[in-house]
Amino acid sequence: MTTALSRRDFLKVSAALGGGLALGFCLPPTVGAAGGESASEVNAWIVVHPDDRVVIRIARSEMGQGTYTALAQLVAEELDCDWAKVSAEFASPNEHIRRQRVWGSMSTGGSMGVRSSQDYVRRAGASARHLLIEAAAARWQVPASECRAVAGVITHVPSARTLRYGQVAAEAARLTPPVEVKLRDARDWKIAGRSLPRLDIPDKVLGKPVFGVDVSLPGMLHASIAQCPVFGGRVRRIDASAAQAMRGVKKILREENFVAVVADSWWRANQALKKVTIDWDSGEHALASSETISAMLRAGLDDPALPQARTLGDSAAALASAAKVVEAEYQSPYLNHATMEPQTCTAWFRPDGFLEVWTSTQNGEASMSAAAAAAGLPLDRVEVHKMMLGGGFGRRGGPQDFVTQGVTIAKALPGVPVKMMWSREEDMQHGFYRPASLVRLKAGLDAQGRLVALHTRIACPSILNVLMPGSLKDGIDFTAVRSFSDLPYAVANQRVDYALRNGHVPVGFWRAPGQQNVFYRESFIDELAIAAGKDSLAYRLAMLKADDKNRLVLEAVARAAAWDKPTAPGVYRGLAMADGFGSYTAMVAEVSVDAQGQVKVRRIVVAIDSGHVVHPDNCRAQAESNVVYGLGSLLYQENKVKNGRIVESNFHDFRLPRIHEMPQVDTVLVPTGGFWGGHGEPAILPLAAAVCNAIFAATGKRIRSLPLSLHNLRS
Amino acid sequence: MLEFTVNNRAVALDVEPEMPLLWVLRDHLDLPGTKYSCGIAVCGACTVLLDGEAVRACALPVSRVAGRQVVTIEGLAQDGLHRVQRAWIEHQVPQCGYCQTGMIMSAVALLAKNPRPSDAEIDATMSNLCRCGTYARVRKAIHALATPPAGG
Repeated sequence: MTTALSRRDFLKVSAALGGGLALGFCLPPTVGAAGGESASEVNAWIVVHPDDRVVIRIARSEMGQGTYTALAQLVAEELDCDWAKVSAEFASPNEHIRRQRVWGSMSTGGSMGVRSSQDYVRRAGASARHLLIEAAAARWQVPASECRAVAGVITHVPSARTLRYGQVAAEAARLTPPVEVKLRDARDWKIAGRSLPRLDIPDKVLGKPVFGVDVSLPGMLHASIAQCPVFGGRVRRIDASAAQAMRGVKKILREENFVAVVADSWWRANQALKKVTIDWDSGEHALASSETISAMLRAGLDDPALPQARTLGDSAAALASAAKVVEAEYQSPYLNHATMEPQTCTAWFRPDGFLEVWTSTQNGEASMSAAAAAAGLPLDRVEVHKMMLGGGFGRRGGPQDFVTQGVTIAKALPGVPVKMMWSREEDMQHGFYRPASLVRLKAGLDAQGRLVALHTRIACPSILNVLMPGSLKDGIDFTAVRSFSDLPYAVANQRVDYALRNGHVPVGFWRAPGQQNVFYRESFIDELAIAAGKDSLAYRLAMLKADDKNRLVLEAVARAAAWDKPTAPGVYRGLAMADGFGSYTAMVAEVSVDAQGQVKVRRIVVAIDSGHVVHPDNCRAQAESNVVYGLGSLLYQENKVKNGRIVESNFHDFRLPRIHEMPQVDTVLVPTGGFWGGHGEPAILPLAAAVCNAIFAATGKRIRSLPLSLHNLRS
Repeated sequence: MLEFTVNNRAVALDVEPEMPLLWVLRDHLDLPGTKYSCGIAVCGACTVLLDGEAVRACALPVSRVAGRQVVTIEGLAQDGLHRVQRAWIEHQVPQCGYCQTGMIMSAVALLAKNPRPSDAEIDATMSNLCRCGTYARVRKAIHALATPPAGG
C-alpha cells in the first residue's frame, strides 16, 4: 500500500513549503494551464478532466526516440480511454522524490524507455480503469462486475446506462487502488501496437518553445562558458577587463575549471567571452595525443596479467591444435555525441530560497541531484523542468556537468534566471566520448573450417569507471566486453581478456554503447567464413542453435534482401547480426565502390525482433535513425587528440551525413512475442560490420579500423 | 536604429550591426523557433526566409537585413499550419525535432522555386543536418507536396 500523497494534498504541502509561487513549480504545465482544480488525478500517471481529456504523465525523457507517445499508448491501452483526448506531460522530478519515486525510473537510455517500464505503466492504466468502473458502479449502486469500460465510457451492461470517465474521475480518485490487475494480451491491443501520430510532433513543426534552449523567463540573462581545452585542466588566472566593458555584459565568473560570461543576450555573452584572456593550467595531460592513447591501448593488449571477462573450455590448447589460425587487430576512435542542441541549463534561485532548473536531460532525477549539490540545497527545495531534448544519444544521461555549471552560474546571481548554453565548439571539445578501443582477435578453425576457439583481447577505456566510480567487479566493465563476453555463437573454447585503460579523455555511453565490439566481431566472423570458404550467412547459422532468436532475424533479413539471389552489377552485399538492448537484429548492407574509392551505401535491410512492438512506424523511424547515426561514424567521424585536447571543433571537421548520403532503409519487424526489446539502439549495432563486409565483397579490402575516410579504397 | 520586418511585423532595434540575425530573433525578439547549432552556417538549423530566400541566420549580420522581410517558423502560417508543416505531420518527419524548423524553412523555399523537385534537386538544396536521420521522411514529404504536372 503506497503512502503517496494525493495531488490535492501534495499541493497543500507544497504551498506550505514553497509559499505563493508553489503552484508554479509543482503543477506540471498542462494540468495547470487547463485549470487543475477541476481535473482529477486518478493515480500518479493519469489525470482526467471533467470533459474527458486525459493527461498521461511520462517519466522518461523524449529525445526523438518516441517513447513520449509509446508509453502514453501503453497507459491508454489499459485505461481504455479515447486516444483522441489524450495528451502527455512530463512527471515532475521534485514531486517524484516527494512521492517516494512513484513514477519508477526517470533515466532514459539503453533503449529502456518502453521495455523497462511497460509493466508498471500498463498496471497504472489498468488500475485506473478499475477505479473508474468502481466509481461508476458505486454511483449506480450496482456490482462493478456488471460494468464495462470502452473508449472512456463506462456501461452498466444490464441497464445500458452509461457514464463517461470525466463524470466519475473525482470519485475514482478517492478509491483504494486494486492490489492486482490483469493486463491485456498484446493480441487484444486497440491503442498500443498501432502507428498513431506522435504527440510531440505538432509543437515541433510549429517551432513552439519546447527545448531546453528555448526557455525564456522575465528578466532572464544568458551565459556562455569556456572550459579548459585540456581535460582536467584548471583556470590559473584571467584578465576580463576588455570583456567587462562590452555591451550587455552583466557578470564574469571565474570558477575552478571554467570561465563564464553572463550578458543580456547569448551572443553578447559569447562575444565578451572571446575577449577574456584565460591562462589555463593544463595539468598533467597537456602532451597527450591520439598516438599516446593508441600506445596506451596497445600496451594494455600486451599486458600478460589481464583479468578475464569470459573463459570457456581451453582456448590456448584448442588454438594450438587448430587446423587453421586467423588473427586480426581492429580499432576505432573517440566519438562525440554531437547532439544538435548544445548542452544547456537554465537556473533561477528564487527569492524564497527555492531553485528552479530547466534543462534538456535524459534523467530528470540525476539533474535534480546535480542541481541540489551545486546549489547546496536539499532535494525538496529544487525542481527540474524537463524540456524536450534536441538529441541525447547518451550525452545527457549519466553526466550532468551542464546542470552543475548552469546552477553554479545562477548561484552568483540570486533572484535572476540565467540560461547557460554551450557553443558548438565547447560541445565538440567537452563531451563524454565513445571510447577509442583496440582489440586483438585470434581464432582457431578445425579442418572443416568450423570455429573451435576464439581468444579476444580488448583494450578499452571503462565508461563505468568514469560515470560510476567503484562499480566495477573484478576489473571488468561489461559495457567494454559485451558481444564477446556473451558471444551468441556456439564456440567450445572462448577467452576474453580485458585491459582497462582510461587515459584522460572522459568517456560515456554513446548510442548503443559497446557497438565497436559488434563491428570487430561481425567483421572477423566474415573473415573466418571466407577463410573457411563458406557463405557468411550459412557460416553464422551453423553456429546458432535451432531456437536461437538470432537465427530468426538472420533468416528474415536474408529473405527480405534476397541473399540467395545475385545482386545488380556493381552492387555488393555484406551481412552482420547482433543482439543487444533486449532485441535481436540482423542486417544486410548493399554498397557500391567507385574507381576513386568512394563508397555509396545504397540500401540497408534490417530485421528486428523486439518481442513486442508498441508503435511500428516509430520503430522504423528508429531503425532509419540508427542507420544515419551509425553511418556518420562509419564514413568520417573521428575525434582526434592533440596537445591534450580534442582537435575537431564544429561540424566542418566533424561531419554529419546529409540527405544525399541517406540510403534506402527497409525495416522488417518480426516480433515473436514473449519479451520486450528496445528500438532506440539495436539497429546501429550491425551497421559498421555489414557495410565493411560489403566493402570487402566489392574491393577485397578488409576494413579493420574506422572511419572509412582513413582508408584508400581506390581500385 | 535598425529597422526591418519579421513575420509581417515592423521592428526597430538598437543592436550591434554585426550581431547575427539568429540572436536578434532568439534573444531580442523572443522568436526561439529558429535554432542555434553550429554558428558557422554549416548545419542549417537557423534557416529563415529573407525576402523569400532561405538563408542561415547564424552567420548573417543583422545590418544586412535592414529594410527587408524576414519570415521565421513562427510566421510561416498566417493561422494554423502551412502546407509544409501539415506534410511534416502527415509523414511524421520529426524525431527530436531540433533541426526541423530549419528543415521546414528550407523546404518552403525549395518548393516556392521548384514546385516539383527531383531527388537530385532535393539533394542539392536540402543541405540541413539532422542527427536523428529523418532524411528519408523529409524527401517523402517534399515529394508529396509536389504540384502535379499541368495538363496531364
